[in-house]
Amino acid sequence: MRSAPPALTIDGSARIGGLSVFGPLRLRLAAGRITCLLGPSGVGKTTLLRLIAGVDDATEFTGTITASDGLPLGGRMALMAQGDLLLPWLDVLGNVTLGARLRGAGRDTQRALRILDRMGLADHAHKRPHALSGGQKQRVALARTLMEDRPIILLDEPFSALDARTRAQMQDLTAAHLAGRTVLMVTHDPAEAARMGHAIHILSETGLEDVPPPPAPVPRAVDDPETLATQGRLFARLRAPA
Amino acid sequence: MSRLVTIAASTALAIVLWQALVTLAGLPPFILPGPGRVAETLWASRALIAHHATITAAEVLIGLALGAGLGGLSAIGLAASPMARRLIRPMMVFSQAIPVFALAPILTLWLGYGLWSKVAMALLIIYFPVTSAFFDALMRTPQHWLDLARVMGANRPRLMWHIRVPAALPGFASGLRLAAVYAPIGAIIGEWVGASKGLGYLMLLANGRAKIDLMFAALIVLAILTLLLHAGVDRGCRRWLDGGAA
Repeated sequence: MRSAPPALTIDGSARIGGLSVFGPLRLRLAAGRITCLLGPSGVGKTTLLRLIAGVDDATEFTGTITASDGLPLGGRMALMAQGDLLLPWLDVLGNVTLGARLRGAGRDTQRALRILDRMGLADHAHKRPHALSGGQKQRVALARTLMEDRPIILLDEPFSALDARTRAQMQDLTAAHLAGRTVLMVTHDPAEAARMGHAIHILSETGLEDVPPPPAPVPRAVDDPETLATQGRLFARLRAPA
Repeated sequence: MSRLVTIAASTALAIVLWQALVTLAGLPPFILPGPGRVAETLWASRALIAHHATITAAEVLIGLALGAGLGGLSAIGLAASPMARRLIRPMMVFSQAIPVFALAPILTLWLGYGLWSKVAMALLIIYFPVTSAFFDALMRTPQHWLDLARVMGANRPRLMWHIRVPAALPGFASGLRLAAVYAPIGAIIGEWVGASKGLGYLMLLANGRAKIDLMFAALIVLAILTLLLHAGVDRGCRRWLDGGAA
């Protein structure tokens, strides 16, 4: 059984080789909610996410990353990054059960097949990624994330390479299946942040800025007026000089 | 089909040019025999040439298998351990500064006139290209895959085995393709330095007895063997390695 997802607090600053990546900031990810971190390329969004994931060895981080339940983060996160990151030499089932393989654990094929079925991929379990469409590959990546069944999910611009329609479908699917987990979604797309975020923060050279999310429940309709208005405000804020 | 036609046409052209050179320059057979004469000798001495070709092929294949295995393991060892990289890589680079030709007499001294000194030569000559190509590929695993695997809780051996090695197999394949061309060179050098069997030995023997047509026949068989080996390795690489692991 999965434990109740904790809230996360990131408090600190990051430097690479003496150069500041982001200044002192405090970001709180509410428990069981989607927090969108929006910003232009190069302000350190991905660095922040990789620091939380514990995979950034090059950056010197000064500060703390803590969970509200006081337990360590290792082993409680799943990552979905830019592109689908499917291994081309494994079939869909092999990719979805990659985590078990990497931990040397037995793979639960039945569960993987059930998740693939929920993703509408039941007929594709034994295909290699190259035989799938972009949207199908992304659904496999989501299935792999769900298979990990972690309380904390890190999404790093996962849908940036998809066309508009497929992206909207993936956002709906992701919001539905990751509901109730603590999610950090890094994106450079104001529309995505306005649709997906229970909380929305803009990261810029000057620091973090909170933007109130639209009132509708997540995932918000693409043509919801409030969502469009928020999208407009986010876009204007991104374009404004820092 | 059109590829076969092209190869046949190209071969025919080479034979015509060869014959033209012999005829027009008026070269005597003990300098450059014509294609007809070489073909005649090839047929007449087919048992002899086949016997020696089998020996050379065995040396090359064993050398290739051992070199690929050792090179593969060395690359994985180097990629896994920064300490190994610091200690062993300078040694490997230095070993490449020694001409392999210069080692042949020493190998013959140590391993004798038989098969194994030639296998060792073939192995030595392909070890570096195989190791180097595979190692470079192992060090270039896409960062995103490494991140994903680490978040999933992979330890280093499993990361190596399930992500880095399969992702680097196309690099291993390019090393093997080079090795397929280099390995016969190693075996032939070994045979020149000291042997009683093999195509290299047969060529040297034929040359010494002014049987230049036999020398050319052996040379052509050697070239065909090398081409077949390369084609076979290339096929295997396409089938199993170029797309990553099976």
